[in-house]
Amino acid sequence: MALKLSPAVLILIATVLIVVLPGLVLPSPYYYRVGALVFISALAVIGLNLLMGYAGQVSLGHAGFFAIGAYGTAILPAQLGWPPLLAAATGVVLAAALAFAIGRPILRLRGQHLAVATLGIGMLITMVLNAEVAITGGPDGMAVARATVFGFKLRAPETWYWISGGLLILGVVAALNLLNSPTGRALRALHDSEVAAEVLGIDVTRYKLVVFVAASVYAAVAGAALALFSGHVTPDVGSFLRSVEFVTMAVIGGLGSILGSIVGAAVLVILPQVLTVFQEYETLVLGVMIILFMIFLRGGIVPGLAARLTARLTP
Amino acid sequence: MSILAVDGLGIAFGGIRALDAVSFAVPRGMIFSIIGPNGAGKTTLFNVISGIYRTTDGTLAVDGLDVTGLRPATLASLGLSRTFQNLQLFTRMTVLENAMTGRHRHESRAILGHLVRSPATRAQERRSRELAMACLARVGLDGEAGRLAGALPYGAMKRLEIARALATEPRLLLLDEPAAGCNAAETEEIDRLLVDIAASGITIVLIEHDMKLVMGISHRVLVLVEGRVLTEGEPHEVARDPRVIEAYLGRDAAHRLVEAPSYA
Amino acid sequence: MDDLSGSNVMADFVQFAMSGLTVGAVYALVALGFTLIYNASSVVNFAQGEFVMLGGMATVFLAALGLPIPLAALAAVAVAVVTGLLVHTLVIEPARGANAVTLIILTIGVSLVLRGAAPLVFDKQFHKLPGFSGEEPVSLLGALVQPQAFWVVGGTAVIVLALKVFLAHTLFGKAVLATAADRMAARLSGINTSVIVGFCFAMSAAIGAIAGILVTPITLTSYDVGVILSLKGFAAAVLGGIGNPLGAVAGGLLLGLLESFAAGYLSSTYKDAVAFAILIAVLIVMPGGLARVKHVERV
Repeated sequence: MALKLSPAVLILIATVLIVVLPGLVLPSPYYYRVGALVFISALAVIGLNLLMGYAGQVSLGHAGFFAIGAYGTAILPAQLGWPPLLAAATGVVLAAALAFAIGRPILRLRGQHLAVATLGIGMLITMVLNAEVAITGGPDGMAVARATVFGFKLRAPETWYWISGGLLILGVVAALNLLNSPTGRALRALHDSEVAAEVLGIDVTRYKLVVFVAASVYAAVAGAALALFSGHVTPDVGSFLRSVEFVTMAVIGGLGSILGSIVGAAVLVILPQVLTVFQEYETLVLGVMIILFMIFLRGGIVPGLAARLTARLTP
Repeated sequence: MSILAVDGLGIAFGGIRALDAVSFAVPRGMIFSIIGPNGAGKTTLFNVISGIYRTTDGTLAVDGLDVTGLRPATLASLGLSRTFQNLQLFTRMTVLENAMTGRHRHESRAILGHLVRSPATRAQERRSRELAMACLARVGLDGEAGRLAGALPYGAMKRLEIARALATEPRLLLLDEPAAGCNAAETEEIDRLLVDIAASGITIVLIEHDMKLVMGISHRVLVLVEGRVLTEGEPHEVARDPRVIEAYLGRDAAHRLVEAPSYA
Repeated sequence: MDDLSGSNVMADFVQFAMSGLTVGAVYALVALGFTLIYNASSVVNFAQGEFVMLGGMATVFLAALGLPIPLAALAAVAVAVVTGLLVHTLVIEPARGANAVTLIILTIGVSLVLRGAAPLVFDKQFHKLPGFSGEEPVSLLGALVQPQAFWVVGGTAVIVLALKVFLAHTLFGKAVLATAADRMAARLSGINTSVIVGFCFAMSAAIGAIAGILVTPITLTSYDVGVILSLKGFAAAVLGGIGNPLGAVAGGLLLGLLESFAAGYLSSTYKDAVAFAILIAVLIVMPGGLARVKHVERV
């Protein structure tokens, strides 16, 4: 093989295959629906992975930004009559603005303190969504107007499969570009040694803020996509449990691995679907899975497999 | 004018004075060594000079510019770089990426360009890679560019830290025990490397315990004991100073050594 | 207007203060259990609130089986202790050496398991226990207070004191303190730190279960009360300065009071938000927590 591909290109090709191949063969709208959910979750998780896996900053409130994207998309058309797609874009900008505003003080914290602060932010966001019944519909949530492109209403699961798949590919490209740039190196550097990064001229505070905002944008885009796709949002999209799910997806797939984010999202979205027979046991099964993965495959699925593969290829 | 001027520098941690009234000046183009027993405050001094610790009193000037209290990143932009005694490599990045990170202050920080990998970003990446490779070649690590930094042997890690610091194109380079833990052959390499760096016009401030290395390549030597400057001078002067020998070995040994200078 | 008369203002205040202290005592006990485990092992135990759920639910169901309530309560504490030990042996021990984030996720996993198993073992209904000293409200400075509130506050005080005595005056307690101060040094001086950590899990589980039993007559319990208690207990511990047991208790009481007053005087809709808003503000302004505010040194 004369062709030597960089890891980034291989990851991109793998992502495209993950989107396109099932898209050609899936048997029913139900499967397209699950596929779209996988891609939307994966998009949010890639953002979280940039923050946690690459820059080493924990967040237990990622779903809060997911919810802002979703509710921005839901509220603006309902209250102000905005077109849904413009509302979605505005929701993303709002999430980024909030991340920018709270990022600087919050990101001075480390480890458990950062975890609990981001958790608190996420809780506050859901509490507002639950409490402001007149605007958000409260705990029951609210309907989301369907988006229309050139008179074509976006509602079929197949359509959303391809839209969210396209968004995921875009998200992967942007993440790979970012990681293999001065910004990406700065993020990874401050994960390993903030002092060394500072000494090399890296403004650590700035880059923490950059990645926090970037992560919120990924989450909000995913949240907006979910709102438009499902046609209904509830405060559950921003709940603590949802944040935990995102973190679990990132960790199960492998922190610091873009493909891992997709695999982690796929595992946590698809498994409960497979296990619907055990609906009663859903929480229990999720908990047991988290524990087993954290004990036996701590590095995550993708890095774990990659290590095993490399070991086999290089005797 | 000296490239680094330290005047009356002091710092205290919870009532303990780690540095007290430290003053010295480093002329351009020199290898200036700082020696002293363990716990003398050498690394603390580096931490103050590179902006990691804030001084409680005294001033710092780089090239005549007062830089007291500036952050490390700002000092880096003025051409100051350093290595660490306890390695601070980016272990999850490759050797090449570590060196490329050293290029940060010369690179464009426009994030949009990075996100879409614009032609300007690509050109810059190429240039950063070339220059980083050149720095790796200088320390003999160009063959290891694709390896994870965390997987390197210890001596190579030490050299990678130097390469990463060189990639910032410093005017002033602080090296904290670059030869510690290295065997004789590796120390020899470090020796040559430092002379080579100094010859290229970069001023070096060196902390080192290997006296053979220090005495062989330094232009001036400063002795730090218990946070204070004991003496400063040319290597051969310092080596024979009974106070220095005493500080290192205790009073009795000092007497014996001074009486029989061939051991010194 | 009659509503604004002095005695009513006073009565309201006492009412809010008592309910704040009652809820705060539960937060304090959760925070205390959290701190015990954290100090011995650096594990941030997000499952702490589940022990509270376990204590309340197990008592209710054992009592329903015909056990007298004191016996049911005792058995419920035993159930929680066994669960705590199982968590330590099956989850925490095998993950030794994992980083802080992995451990947090693990304990969240434990919390999901307990919460997922609870409706299978018990049910999904709300349950109540009878007050230990009847249900007749007591008049206190014009406010009507449930007698159980005194049990909660008094029980918390007893637990805190007993823990203090145990830690300061028994050999085993001193081994716990030594492990908390420096795990490596404790190990080198012959302390089996794994046993100590397991013991701390058991003790934390017991404290959580007792909190659950004490408060169930007032607040009711169900399979899913654990999560929010874990989060608020954690908030209380951070408020008091992570790792500081007395700070944890103070943080819990303070959090309960603030919540109660905010609900009473401002808006009950945002009662829960108060805890988290305060938490974030404290973290940003004084990262060491309230107890250590004097010692905060920033470089």
